[in-house]
Amino acid sequence: MKFNQISLGVAAALVMGATNAADTITVVSWGGAYTVSQVEAYHKPWMAKTGNSIISEDYNGGLSEVKAQVDAGNVKWDLVDVELSDAVRGCDEGLLETLDASVLPAGADGSAAADDFIDGALQDCAVASIVWSTIYAYDNTVIDGQPSTIGDFFDLEKYPGKRGLRKSPKANLEMALAADGVAAEEIYDVLSTPEGIDRAFAKLDTIKGETIFWEAGAQPPQLLADGEVVMTTAYNGRIFNAMAAEGKPFEVVWDAQVFDMDLWVIPKGAPNKEAAMDFLAFSTSTEQLAAQASWISYGPARKSSAPLVGHYDGKPELEMAPHMPTAPENFGTAIANDFEFWADNQDELNERFNAWLAS
Amino acid sequence: MSQTADKQPVLAADGTPLKQALDAALFRNRMRAFMLVLPLLLFLFVTFIIPIGIFLSFGIHDPVFSKFMPKTSAVLSDWDTTSEPTEDMYAALVADMVVARKDKTIGRAATRVNRELSGTRSLFTSSARKAAKLEAPFKESLVAVKKQWADPEVWKAMKVASRSWTLGYYANALDYKQVADGSFEPQPENRQIHVPLLVKTLWISLQVTLYCLILGYPIAYLMSNLPARTSNLLMILVLLPFWTSILVRTTAWIAMLQSQGVLNDLFVLFGVTDDDNRYSMIYNKLGTLIAMTHILLPFMVLPLYSVMRGIPPSYVRAAKSMGATNWTAFSRIYAPQTIPGIGAGAILVFIVAIGYYITPALVGGQDGQMISNVIAFHMKSSLNWSLAAALGGVLLVVVMTLYWIYDRVVGIDNMKLG
Repeated sequence: MKFNQISLGVAAALVMGATNAADTITVVSWGGAYTVSQVEAYHKPWMAKTGNSIISEDYNGGLSEVKAQVDAGNVKWDLVDVELSDAVRGCDEGLLETLDASVLPAGADGSAAADDFIDGALQDCAVASIVWSTIYAYDNTVIDGQPSTIGDFFDLEKYPGKRGLRKSPKANLEMALAADGVAAEEIYDVLSTPEGIDRAFAKLDTIKGETIFWEAGAQPPQLLADGEVVMTTAYNGRIFNAMAAEGKPFEVVWDAQVFDMDLWVIPKGAPNKEAAMDFLAFSTSTEQLAAQASWISYGPARKSSAPLVGHYDGKPELEMAPHMPTAPENFGTAIANDFEFWADNQDELNERFNAWLAS
Repeated sequence: MSQTADKQPVLAADGTPLKQALDAALFRNRMRAFMLVLPLLLFLFVTFIIPIGIFLSFGIHDPVFSKFMPKTSAVLSDWDTTSEPTEDMYAALVADMVVARKDKTIGRAATRVNRELSGTRSLFTSSARKAAKLEAPFKESLVAVKKQWADPEVWKAMKVASRSWTLGYYANALDYKQVADGSFEPQPENRQIHVPLLVKTLWISLQVTLYCLILGYPIAYLMSNLPARTSNLLMILVLLPFWTSILVRTTAWIAMLQSQGVLNDLFVLFGVTDDDNRYSMIYNKLGTLIAMTHILLPFMVLPLYSVMRGIPPSYVRAAKSMGATNWTAFSRIYAPQTIPGIGAGAILVFIVAIGYYITPALVGGQDGQMISNVIAFHMKSSLNWSLAAALGGVLLVVVMTLYWIYDRVVGIDNMKLG
């Protein structure tokens, strides 16, 4: 993979007959189908356009590598794809470069970048590329009936069988409250009270004995495919990929989806900051974001990209739009992940969650 | 005689006193030996001792708050934690917030205080945005921005955070909490996780060690008593998994043990259980125990084997010729001679098991997690490296203590690795 891209980049540079020395930037992302979508939609066109080359590396999320590199004053990574909470925390901790959003190109429909990006997509140190979502999915060859609400996930009588949940309080507490009848816009108000937290844990208690906890995004589709669980929460793109590329009989339930963003950040002291910024601006343009959405079902972070989203690559019969978290029919009861709430409370809630797991 | 020896020391061939010449020769030898191990010593020092030392120091030294909020830290050190916060304290806080906001360091200070009191991170970052516009009296103007600033708990959290040298992280690693006046109190019950987890880690490691011994002892005995060709084959069977990646072996156990896995399929086939009641053998403590026992088995078999090879078969034969039963000959003659191997194998398995990370992470589910998984969480996700260092320090002390007890009870000289 790496060598491929380097040689591609070199080849591109030769073809262009670039006169100025080409830059090589290191772009770090989550691997798997997600990185493939970025390579196809961002890396290859950018290398062809500029003659620069890209080294693509995989990581497992979190800021520990960035922190280690910045603290040691030996930064190797130029651009990293992170979750919203990490983007905010990395900025707080002084690990990331502040980004100037004014260099981002205007949308294809002419609207200025600041208006074109969805709310929360432009942060002090980060620019969002996609909207992803935590949903729950089931195997329709195993389940009798058609689960359609978040309440069904917690209903062991109606749909008996093992459940899968992420081993983290994030998204679980929100979904538990939604299943307990709290409206999407009130979830974080309720969670901010001690009674609300107790209520969410009490709801999780009802399925705890039947639950398998997962950590990596690749696990839930595997658990479903192995028959280890009959329903599991998951990242929507992973389930889509199992459905589209591997033909698995999975169904996604969008009720009370918890949506979040992935953003580009530049570690403080990155070696090729200017080239990285150029790549960032290129990859978050309207066309590139729309192109990525034909590879994986994560929604583009620009409003102007939505009309350009087409078909799944190689399968003209598979429209991407209905599989996007942002599609209107999926978005009705969506819960926006509140990064301020999590930045404030994650230490306490993580401890509480771990104690709950062990009890 | 001794008098003459005192006056006229024995001389070496070149005329220097013999004692001196001998010392010089020994010194040269020692220097040569030292120079030979020097590269290794330097290597260990640079790659092992310094980094571990630096990292462990994070557990007691966290200067973030006092570095970025220096004026507040200075006034907090004089505060008695019970009286009402004064106008001076508010003024120092606002002055620090203005500077920290400009230097973009407010987030780091806020994150530090948030570890002591949840919810203070946004209190700091949002108030700092407005700090430059605030005017005296700062107490009223700051409370007007956010009413939590009147809450003495916020000030107490800052007081705790302002101590650069602190035992707070070690207290946290032991489920205690350092409060503002410097004393310690237990964490609320629903947040106590570290001590139970540490106990569980030790318990799992002990069980794994025991199972390895029960399974490994007969294999090692068989290998040491079979003809060379057969025992070599057995040896390869022991070593082959040893050379396979831990990740591969752990994943193979998932395929074996999961509810739709090989073993459960066989159980259903033979009518041990029916299709709806498959056993849960993975993603729980049982899965961790099975996978870890399998992975650590060679660490038990190899030292046992090398010790058993060295036991002459004639001893047991002699015992039997004098009328001992098979059991007496084993328990009184053979088994005591294998204790050095048992000791070496047990301590190897136990200490490796205590720090196990990847296997419990993959197959441990909710109740098969160990303390390393929490350390990894604080390293990778929460970025609370100080707490990770304190947890690691606690683990180090526990292992050292057990090693010391082992030395007192069994004796480390009794250990034989080969």
